Amino acid sequence: MGADPIHPPILQVAGLSMRFGGILALNDVGFEVRRGSITALIGPNGAGKTTVFNCLTGFYRATAGRISLHAGRDATDLVRLLGQPFAASDFLNPAAFANRLYYKMFGGTHHVTRAGVARTFQNVRLFREMTAIENLLVAQHLRLNRNLIAGLLRTAAYRQSERDAIECAYAWLKAFGLAGDANRLAGELPYGHQRRLEIARAMCTGPQLLCLDEPAAGLNPRETDELSALIRQLRDEHGVTVLLIEHDMGLVMDLSEHLIVLDYGEVIADGDPGSVARHPAVLTAYLGTETVDSDA
Amino acid sequence: MSLTPTPLTSAAGPTAVLRQAVLEAAASFVLALLLLGPIVGLVLDGYQIKNELQRPLLIAALVALGRFLFTLALHTPSGRFWLERFSAHRGKTAILVQSDSDRQHHGWLLLLFIAGLALPFLANKYALTVLIQAMIYVLLGLGLNIVVGLAGLLDLGYVAFYAVGAYGLALGAQYLDIGFWTALPLAALLAALFGALLGFPVLRMHGDYLAIVTLGFGEIIRLVLNNWLSLTGGPNGIAAPAPQLFGLEFSRSAREGGLPFHEYFQLAYNPLHRFIFIYLVLFLVVCLMALVVNRLRNMPVGRAWEALREDEIACRALGINHVLVKLSAFMMGAMVGGIAGVFFATYQGFINPASFNFFESALILAIVVLGGLGSTSGVILAALVLTILPEVLRAFADYRVFAFGVLMVLMMIWRPRGLIQPRRRAFDVEGL
Repeated sequence: MGADPIHPPILQVAGLSMRFGGILALNDVGFEVRRGSITALIGPNGAGKTTVFNCLTGFYRATAGRISLHAGRDATDLVRLLGQPFAASDFLNPAAFANRLYYKMFGGTHHVTRAGVARTFQNVRLFREMTAIENLLVAQHLRLNRNLIAGLLRTAAYRQSERDAIECAYAWLKAFGLAGDANRLAGELPYGHQRRLEIARAMCTGPQLLCLDEPAAGLNPRETDELSALIRQLRDEHGVTVLLIEHDMGLVMDLSEHLIVLDYGEVIADGDPGSVARHPAVLTAYLGTETVDSDA
Repeated sequence: MSLTPTPLTSAAGPTAVLRQAVLEAAASFVLALLLLGPIVGLVLDGYQIKNELQRPLLIAALVALGRFLFTLALHTPSGRFWLERFSAHRGKTAILVQSDSDRQHHGWLLLLFIAGLALPFLANKYALTVLIQAMIYVLLGLGLNIVVGLAGLLDLGYVAFYAVGAYGLALGAQYLDIGFWTALPLAALLAALFGALLGFPVLRMHGDYLAIVTLGFGEIIRLVLNNWLSLTGGPNGIAAPAPQLFGLEFSRSAREGGLPFHEYFQLAYNPLHRFIFIYLVLFLVVCLMALVVNRLRNMPVGRAWEALREDEIACRALGINHVLVKLSAFMMGAMVGGIAGVFFATYQGFINPASFNFFESALILAIVVLGGLGSTSGVILAALVLTILPEVLRAFADYRVFAFGVLMVLMMIWRPRGLIQPRRRAFDVEGL
């Protein structure tokens, strides 16, 4: 799978460990996400799914491991973007030292997004007191004309950049069926619309890999079906790779082509939905085995 | 005890209303008696405590009567109407989204602008100083509004930047021989630099922690100014130069080689000229700043500030460098504070550290809160109200702080979003 040098997997995770004090939340996690696939990360509660997400999207600095993203031509090590402690070899190699120093000082989560990874959150995190369209404009921040002088004088270039951003934002609102909500406050929208708006906002950053943390949580069955169609459409028409955490097994089995199962911070199964569903370790993790004490 | 009566159905008869009123009045009577008994009932006279229990009884009776009448009034049709309006106000999110074409008040703005320009020529010296002070607070309010209202960073030490601006002019004039016009941009830059200095270490803090650090920063600046006698003159203060108009001075007789304003234009000397000039420059700067802040709000950086206020984590997930965004808000706010400081120094002619105490910071913060966090017109209105009203009500000067407190409490109940309903810009998407 990873041997194809022309189409390398978009994301390669190897030896990822995350330690919180005495708790080892992730232990040597490794997996790959194929470009253009819809991959699901599943597991019982507390298995470490969201921790993996937070490491991938730069909210946690992984204790050990490599996360490489093949978004552009070269691979980017997402762990490095967050800034790492100096290694002994850095003091001999000035280029590596400068690089390390740069990311130590200016690195952070925002670099991961700039590298092409966008995410949504388990509990919707919209800018509630801003309108829906403004939420999408904020997401395009990096592509806009941010020159203060140009903005204050409203130069032609600035106005063009704003117009483009509004058009792009409106196009995404339409694609997500939210066109009527453009000028409503995000916090006042119905819950289902808020969920969709958050995905639209993530798409506005122009990602190659879209990470969705429980996108169907709190949605009714009809809304879940719509969401499933929407995610497929994102992949087919906009060419993003989707990685999602989800508890709704119907959605996962229907949507995803590749499943990664986590339990107690370790990958216990990895493969297509059919084989994973029959995998003995997965059955044990979800249903328990007969040897387990029934009081537990 | 709740202010609003237990809802009675409209069918409830007059006896039920009367009973409720009597019960509530009795409860208020007991409460008032408990509260007031020890405070006004026991009077210390020499070494003895005199029993004056008829006084709390009288006051409690008045309170009970008031409560009785209030409850009855709330059940009249007009009372019910007010009660409904009151509760309706609290329920709404109360943010209005309006497109630019919906609010055509450019004519009004122009009228206000002309009125503002004409005002000093009609005012006497006292009114002029009040106006200048009001304008300085408008400027401060606009600056702090960027930090607190837009970016959501609670800054309790804003007065520090005001002091940096004021001392920038005074010290610059004393040691570097710079004038008002040179000091204006330099002090703004200096204040922005101080904003960055404060900003860097505190960027990782949120909410209360940030408030405490900024409070400390404000005190540090004041204490340094107070104690560095050899540089700042300490509590004795320092003189600040008056502005000049293309080298023309606003004094009765110019320093050697200079020409006073009134001689050049062959007018009779009038000490008001200086204040009128300061007011006009200040007014133009305030108008410019209001325009700038309004534009900033709709620019990418302004949206990033507001997004940061709403949710910092989501901001980071969208690729926004939250450190830079916070720093830009701090620096921009500090810069406006510095400009206000320069005007303050030049208008006073003399400054000392006592002008930059915590009460000033609190007052500026009150202006921003009263104006509604983030609303430009609201902040301007609040600054005018909070500076002009105390002057108009000079007769009640003893109760100023008390009235201030009452005003704040009432605001939080009735209009937690500020004097003016907050508005957001709606985007015209029909044509897309």
